[in-house]
Amino acid sequence: MAELSDKAREEFFSEAQEIIETLSRNLLSLDAAIKAGTSDPSLINEAFRAVHTLKGLAGLFGAARLGALSHRLEDVLDDLRLGRIELGQDVLDVLFGAVEAYTRILQAEKADSDEELDVESLFVELERIGAGAVEHQSPVADYELDPGLLAVLTEYEEHRLRANIDLQMQLYRLRVQFDLSTIDKVLEEMKERAKRHGEIITYLPTGEATSADTIELDLLMASRDDLATLIGSLGADNLVIEEIPRRSRRSVLPGAGTAPPRHPTALGRQESLGLHGELERGGLEQAASLRSLTQTVRVDIRKLDHLMNIVGELAIVRSALGRVAEKLRGEGQRKLAAELQRLHRNFDRRLGEMQDGILEVRMVPLGQVFDRLARVVRQISREVGKEIRLVITGAETEIDKLIVEELSDPLMHMIRNAIDHGIEAGQRRVEVGKPLAGTIALNAFQKGNHVMIEVEDDGRGIDLQGLTEKAITLGKLSRSEAQEMSRDEVLALIFLPGLSTRAQADDVSGRGVGMDIVKTNISKLGGVIDVHSETGIGTKMTITLPITLAIVSALLIQAGKHTLAIPLSSVSEAIAFEEAGVRLVDGREVITLRGQTLPLCRLDRLMALEVAPDSASRRRFVVVAALGQRRLGLVVDFLYGQEDIVIKPLGKSLGAVRGFAGATELGDQRVGLVLDAAGLIEEVLAGVEAPRTLERANG
Amino acid sequence: MPRILVVEDSSSMRSFVRSALESDPRSSAGLEVVEASSGFEALRLLPRGPYDLVITDINMPDINGLELISFIRRSESHKNTKVLVISTQSSERDRARGLTLGANGYLIKPFSPEALQAEVQRFIGSAPAQAKPHG
Repeated sequence: MAELSDKAREEFFSEAQEIIETLSRNLLSLDAAIKAGTSDPSLINEAFRAVHTLKGLAGLFGAARLGALSHRLEDVLDDLRLGRIELGQDVLDVLFGAVEAYTRILQAEKADSDEELDVESLFVELERIGAGAVEHQSPVADYELDPGLLAVLTEYEEHRLRANIDLQMQLYRLRVQFDLSTIDKVLEEMKERAKRHGEIITYLPTGEATSADTIELDLLMASRDDLATLIGSLGADNLVIEEIPRRSRRSVLPGAGTAPPRHPTALGRQESLGLHGELERGGLEQAASLRSLTQTVRVDIRKLDHLMNIVGELAIVRSALGRVAEKLRGEGQRKLAAELQRLHRNFDRRLGEMQDGILEVRMVPLGQVFDRLARVVRQISREVGKEIRLVITGAETEIDKLIVEELSDPLMHMIRNAIDHGIEAGQRRVEVGKPLAGTIALNAFQKGNHVMIEVEDDGRGIDLQGLTEKAITLGKLSRSEAQEMSRDEVLALIFLPGLSTRAQADDVSGRGVGMDIVKTNISKLGGVIDVHSETGIGTKMTITLPITLAIVSALLIQAGKHTLAIPLSSVSEAIAFEEAGVRLVDGREVITLRGQTLPLCRLDRLMALEVAPDSASRRRFVVVAALGQRRLGLVVDFLYGQEDIVIKPLGKSLGAVRGFAGATELGDQRVGLVLDAAGLIEEVLAGVEAPRTLERANG
Repeated sequence: MPRILVVEDSSSMRSFVRSALESDPRSSAGLEVVEASSGFEALRLLPRGPYDLVITDINMPDINGLELISFIRRSESHKNTKVLVISTQSSERDRARGLTLGANGYLIKPFSPEALQAEVQRFIGSAPAQAKPHG
């Protein structure tokens, strides 16, 4: 293989990923179709084409494992689309298995890893299915079709033609003229419309056109409806529909070798109706989505990060401009100062627009990850023999691409837990008066600067008693501590490491494949997870995530001598601090805020910061940090105000210092540290306050 | 300057073909590569020809490669256009149909850039199409 650029490889991986996702979606639709007792041959053909393309690409890019799987899968899909194998749930299981294998292989290929991936059993399964292929088509000669027509049909189209004739469908020819500039859109509309009546088998350009800007196509369509119905539904003034007589010695379509009549007259009855208005409606959405496909560019997210960094640096320039304007005013240059001020404001506004623009590009709908989860639900429900109904809402909710990438695993864990341990066995459900099929709801919605994702099941709920006992057995909790815990505190036990492993989950908590890991992953994204559970009714886990990781509005504060930034998304309010209002509860400082107890954290003490000399006499503030349902009051020395910041990761040596999300450049070109509010809340509320050395980090 | 239309629904494959064509030292005098991601797009682009060579996949949705070949062969304005089919091993029958319909050659995917270059030279190296404007 000739040397390939990194760019070409990336494009390949990106396309491979898309193809696998398309395949997965097709299989899910097929699954739904089978369950509804219908079928859609075009879905199988699309799946075949996806794998077919992937095979070609894999060969080109030397991805041998991807190629080997595609080769075997293509054979099976070919048999399926050509009707040599029946598509049933068992076959679908194997096909879904192939999607999983693809995902693993692609990851290994991307990482350039030679790791052995066990796909042998999958290959055996594919082989087994393929062995059942039966050729049961009648020879083409039986249909007396024009060889000219057959010459331009692909093998698949030929199969569909036969299948439709076998089903006693009536064949029609649709001769239609399209404006070349709008052909995609108009044809998509027509296809959507035609789908309700039957199947379009092929599209043949006739080579006849009224002008250079139009093209004429012959569409071969099979339908169970009669001519009048089709005309009523599809009719338009650029369309002529003809019935092709059955068992005729005549050709079905004017083919490649024979010149088609300029105006259709000879074949069957024909009618042309001007029902243009009807054709123009409907299918527009479909057409729009197709158009957007062709106008898409793929961009490496690192390039967007780079742009965002530049925006961050421009923001510093902007602040400097503002200061120059101030200075000029101070020196009496009023006119110049006003002019600069105006420029500054304009610059500020444009920069804001640019920032929003870049952020918008990073946003992708959560539907991407929900599609994957739908597959998992199907797979697990079949593995454990429970019937599951997955209800998804808010799939269009958008969130930072980087967050989406990291969400898949935690959500998968949560869903697996819900099915394994939450949803009762069918028998049990019926006994307690629930519907046989368990329901898992996956809801996403935006709330302010956050995206909320709920995973909700209607299962048995978390066994609080069992959970407490387990925690005591593991030495995480004393019996007396347990007695004082609130319901929410008990529920939060499932996030303790080791408390809920798979083997113990069934008899203890009823859920919990590594919920501690789920929680860790979510907090790495700056999010929190809350759990609600009602015995016998169900469990709801709510993930709260920031919309983006790239840029945050932050509150700049002073603690000790240092300027720190606290992401505004985790700040609910700031109030004046009164030393007199502080009480001690369980050895922890708290104040009362609107009737509720608020635990305090003195940032300067927590971080062993050098205390500002006048801090005792100065007015201080409490910044209330809130994430999910947890709140913490941070005592700070001064509030500077709000600023948009770009968070940059801390270097390797400081990356392990906890409590900080990163560093940022402040307007006056100093570097400030950004507090990791989620991490602070977790640690302080868990009572593991340990002094840390900020001096080193900030030095 | 030879003009080549590449009809293929996979964007990676199109990029691969384009870079193979453009990196051929024999084409140092330059060539123009036009990409179409579907049969329809090809139909739209064909009138902007003529092209010296059309490189097309067979298995594409809606207008397939065979229909495209058939269209080109029946069209007076494309009578000098050569057609090269690129398809996978499994589409043997479809490939044979392509040749019957008037394709001038085929390559089986995956192929090396060198194999593609050699094949393309066969068509554009010797007999360039007349560069007359369409219409």
